[in-house]
Amino acid sequence: MSELIVSILLLTGAGFMILAAVGILRLPDLPTRMHASTKAGAMGAMMTMAGVAMHFADVVVFTRAFAIVIFILITAPIAAHVIGRAGYFLGTPLWEGTIKDELKDNYDERTHSLYSGFEPAPESVIPPTHKKRSEDDED
Amino acid sequence: MLSVVINIVYFMLSVALLFAFIRLTKGPSLPDRVVSLELIASIVVGYVGVHAIDTGVSSLLDVAIVIALTAFLTAVGFARFLERGGRKSE
Repeated sequence: MSELIVSILLLTGAGFMILAAVGILRLPDLPTRMHASTKAGAMGAMMTMAGVAMHFADVVVFTRAFAIVIFILITAPIAAHVIGRAGYFLGTPLWEGTIKDELKDNYDERTHSLYSGFEPAPESVIPPTHKKRSEDDED
Repeated sequence: MLSVVINIVYFMLSVALLFAFIRLTKGPSLPDRVVSLELIASIVVGYVGVHAIDTGVSSLLDVAIVIALTAFLTAVGFARFLERGGRKSE
């Protein structure tokens, strides 16, 4: 019975890993690749660790596997955020089918600063959200 | 039954590793390569877990902890390096 559960956990974890790898190979640009690899890869590692804890059925091993799971759960989003931020600031091209890029209108590349849309924008940055908001105020 | 499953899982993880390695060699920009390196690290964590079950040595989990830790530190370090390194167009 325990063997069956361990097998299912391991197979599902490896399936998630393969999904993450296919996603990182096939998807078109940096944010979508990160989207595939971070979530599915972390899920695969966590399910494998759950299988390990189930197989050994020991308090020490369970604690270690739990520590790994918690660690992956905490660090995977941080790493993805940091790399995505660096990639965006580097000017990595987005996929041509991208519909929404909200940073583009409010981020000044030269001064490396962001505008919220509430302050009067400088000449270099004209956020469209700014215009829309003032129209709403007139109503 | 478990040994057969372990062999299948080894094979699946190897295929995933191969795909991630293709992206690592092909990746058009440096952040792409960093992302695929991170995926490779988490696949290796899975490998180590499966190997711990295969051999019955539970101490191998310490290796998995260290690999997860270094992968995180590598990602953060690379991101710092990229952000300080200036624009790509220069």
